[in-house]
Amino acid sequence: MFWSALTFQLGYNATLVTLGATLLGVAAGVTGTFLYFRKRALVSDAISHATLPGVALAFIVMTMLGFDGRNLPGLLIGSAITAALGLYCVQWLSSRTRLTEDAAIGAVLSVFFGFGIVLLTVIQTMASGGQAGLESFLLGSTAGMLYSDAVLIAGGGALALALVVIFRRPMLMSAFDPEFARASGIDLNRTDLIMMGLVMGVTVIGLKIVGLILIVALLIIPPAAARFWSDRATNVVIIAGILGGIAGWSGASLSAVAPNLPTGPIIVLFAFALFAASMLLAPGRGLLMSALNHRRFQRAVHIRQGLVSLAQGQPIYEPLTLRLLQKAGLARADGVPTDDGRAQSSRVLRDEKRWEVARSDPAFEMAAARYDGLTQIEDVLTPDQITLIDTRIGAPSVVAQ
Amino acid sequence: MTSDIALAGPDAANAEAEVLRKSPFAIRGLTVSYDQKPAVFSVDATIRPGQMTAIVGPNGAGKSTLLKAALGIVKPLSGQITSLGRPLAQEMHRIAYVPQRASVDWDFPVRVIDVVQMGLYREIGLLKRLSGGQKSKAMACLARVGMEDFAKRQIGQLSGGQQQRVFLARALAQDADLYLLDEPFAGVDAATEKAIIEVLKSLRAEGRTVVAVHHDLSTVPEYFDDVLLLNVRKIAEGPVAEVFTDAALEAAYGGRLASARITTNAATG
Amino acid sequence: MNGAEFVPLSLTPLLIGCLAAIACALPGNFLLLRRQALIGDAISHVVLPGIVAAFLIGGTIATLPMLLGAAGAAIVAVAMIEGIRRYGRIEPGAAMGVTFTTLFAAGVLLLEMSDTSGVHLDVEHALYGNLESLVWLDATGWGSLVDPTALAGLPPELFRIALVLVMIAALLVAFWRPLAISTFDEGFAATLGLPVTAIGLGLVIVSALAAVAAFDAVGSIIVIAMFICPPAAARLMTNRLGTQVALSVGFALIAAILGFVLAGYGPRWFGSIHAVSAAGMIATMSGVILALAALFGPARARST
Repeated sequence: MFWSALTFQLGYNATLVTLGATLLGVAAGVTGTFLYFRKRALVSDAISHATLPGVALAFIVMTMLGFDGRNLPGLLIGSAITAALGLYCVQWLSSRTRLTEDAAIGAVLSVFFGFGIVLLTVIQTMASGGQAGLESFLLGSTAGMLYSDAVLIAGGGALALALVVIFRRPMLMSAFDPEFARASGIDLNRTDLIMMGLVMGVTVIGLKIVGLILIVALLIIPPAAARFWSDRATNVVIIAGILGGIAGWSGASLSAVAPNLPTGPIIVLFAFALFAASMLLAPGRGLLMSALNHRRFQRAVHIRQGLVSLAQGQPIYEPLTLRLLQKAGLARADGVPTDDGRAQSSRVLRDEKRWEVARSDPAFEMAAARYDGLTQIEDVLTPDQITLIDTRIGAPSVVAQ
Repeated sequence: MTSDIALAGPDAANAEAEVLRKSPFAIRGLTVSYDQKPAVFSVDATIRPGQMTAIVGPNGAGKSTLLKAALGIVKPLSGQITSLGRPLAQEMHRIAYVPQRASVDWDFPVRVIDVVQMGLYREIGLLKRLSGGQKSKAMACLARVGMEDFAKRQIGQLSGGQQQRVFLARALAQDADLYLLDEPFAGVDAATEKAIIEVLKSLRAEGRTVVAVHHDLSTVPEYFDDVLLLNVRKIAEGPVAEVFTDAALEAAYGGRLASARITTNAATG
Repeated sequence: MNGAEFVPLSLTPLLIGCLAAIACALPGNFLLLRRQALIGDAISHVVLPGIVAAFLIGGTIATLPMLLGAAGAAIVAVAMIEGIRRYGRIEPGAAMGVTFTTLFAAGVLLLEMSDTSGVHLDVEHALYGNLESLVWLDATGWGSLVDPTALAGLPPELFRIALVLVMIAALLVAFWRPLAISTFDEGFAATLGLPVTAIGLGLVIVSALAAVAAFDAVGSIIVIAMFICPPAAARLMTNRLGTQVALSVGFALIAAILGFVLAGYGPRWFGSIHAVSAAGMIATMSGVILALAALFGPARARST
């Protein structure tokens, strides 16, 4: 069953919804990356919570005008209006008062959501309100979706994605290097507006499937996961889109075969699984690799420090240093260097001296910038340059002890 | 620790112990790294008592990091810090630290006098009320930096120089033997710089030790007795007259010295 | 309004609402000043998975395991945020977003997949509580306040939130100075020998405690609103920490009373006999107070 859903073989509606969720995931992942680089990930939380009063108001207005209150396009338009108002409140509070953006976000999301709840209870008391089913907007649901709704979501996802592709350059530039973007003639305010507009669009489209409480996860988790895989902004954007798409696709598919479970949480947990795998396993920034690197680095520092001390005949203070030297066969338990240790320490000392010369000579400034206390100077300078340095130091001396 | 030192022979160990016992602030083998790039590498330093020492070096040389790691605010990779022969962590009650002005949120809802009274925390503890004597002590510290008229102001209304003076007043209230200051002259006006240096000199006259991270080479000989030249590693340490030489500066500043020396010569020469 | 109607039906929910609002507003002041306002948001989201997990393990909805489960979830959340931020080098906002959406999603799924039909536990209840149901049916009027048999029938939520509020207030008074110093200048606080990490964690745990106790009665939406809105409004009114905290308590009280009264009696003015959500209305009122403070508060502008 799950497999048929994954391969789009579960009927027209389910296929459309899964397609919509996939497109939505890609669009959200990509849009979220710009937000992430601007360090404003949680603004989306305020926007999404602020949709609730809009949904409720739209239902009330449509019902009072004699239309079907559950008309999805109408509800989404309503949600977009209050989401925009919520976003405006966040901007206003954090720019015009002393409140920081996080406080403004928290205030807006709780107050708008609270007011939305008030409106929901009003709807429950309305004659036609009992079956409104607006609660499904909280956690998302794909069950019982109308054909037109599925088309709307798939189309909306495609549109959001298209807009992201069109505006990717200015958004990337202003997210990554605002000063440079401004100098290149990009209107930062307008780019921010487009970015926030896209965030709103993704939120509104995602309301029905993922629900307003969890839609932020699609904007936040894929970029954070993608960040582990690359240091290049463009790559992060693409990877985040892919990860978001996978989460949306597999989540919606699973939800299609388990209609009693809310869709939003399933998609979010898929996204988190991708995040956890990335955080653990990604090369470079992943936890496993950096833990190994850190350990290696710490040992290298201790051994180098110890060798320098040995070379200069100084006592070794740190038990860990001594233990590592001992283990590497460079020193005895009482701190006396072995033959190997003596040879290596004189080499380290010579390296230190060379660095000292290189770092004090403006001619080597470029190379000196790579000094980190561990890199061997042979890795940075040419043999000729080293010979030049050595003539200034004199012949390497062997440590006496 | 004693057993490690013993490895280098009893005489060396005794001499080293004697050195550490005399120094109010001694650093041995301090290495700190952020993201596998050492900010401070294997630094030994021995601050002389009752002197004013400047920690000097180019941007990113690890000056502030050295202080923060010594105080335990950031975690070092290795190293031992002592004061008069005992681990510094046990001697914190004799130490006053003045952080960089930019490290705190000046929009915080407190008044100037409240900040100064934070320096009395060790005396008053959790629940005790401030006595009249302690209140006037806080005011006196504020007066010593020329800020007594601002006691009731909200801290956000102060200029940069005034904020720095308030921080110094808070340290004065701590009544410490060792004062560690992180860039006390950064971004302050000339009058404040003069006021701060006068206070620091008066601390020295009282026999206290002052260590300051300092970025302006031109004023080092005028303000300080000793200097610790740092560029990730220690380049040199000792009395200004001996250590503050072109060769040492060149080692610390490398190719960037050209501009640095101009400012030095302009002020001293 | 006569006592025979007010005391049994409105007095206890009103009191619980007020106590819950104050219990959240108190730690909220320090969360706000530490730029951790959204930790309150995260905590209130993870209370749900904590309670569900406690229910699945313990099999009951007894108070103590629920409180422990929720507090445990809050600690797990904080550890997760901190771990993702530090070891994953992800900015704090995103780390928070990853954590609370994931835990909340897990809580919802656990809840939906387990058989909780026999107990009063669902997502809607978790979000906006059921303040109105915390009535005191043993009461017959004001006289019941001195009637031991009637008092025995008070809803247990009242004692729970009162106890938590007293604890929070006592902790706040006892640790006021270290909390203020380490919030203002953490580096300096560390050199004073203050355990800054423990203080930060303690504040989060106290906030979690407030969130759990309040959540039980009023749902997470009030919790978030009360963590942030009253302290934020108070910050815009004054530049003194003590005054700010006092004002925040006042604002929380006003929001709770106004919200409760408007939710219960407001619709009658429009000719409707149905009350609206008290929790939602209390959150809305806290927003109105914040809006007024943002527009007219004497200390609303940044000083630097």
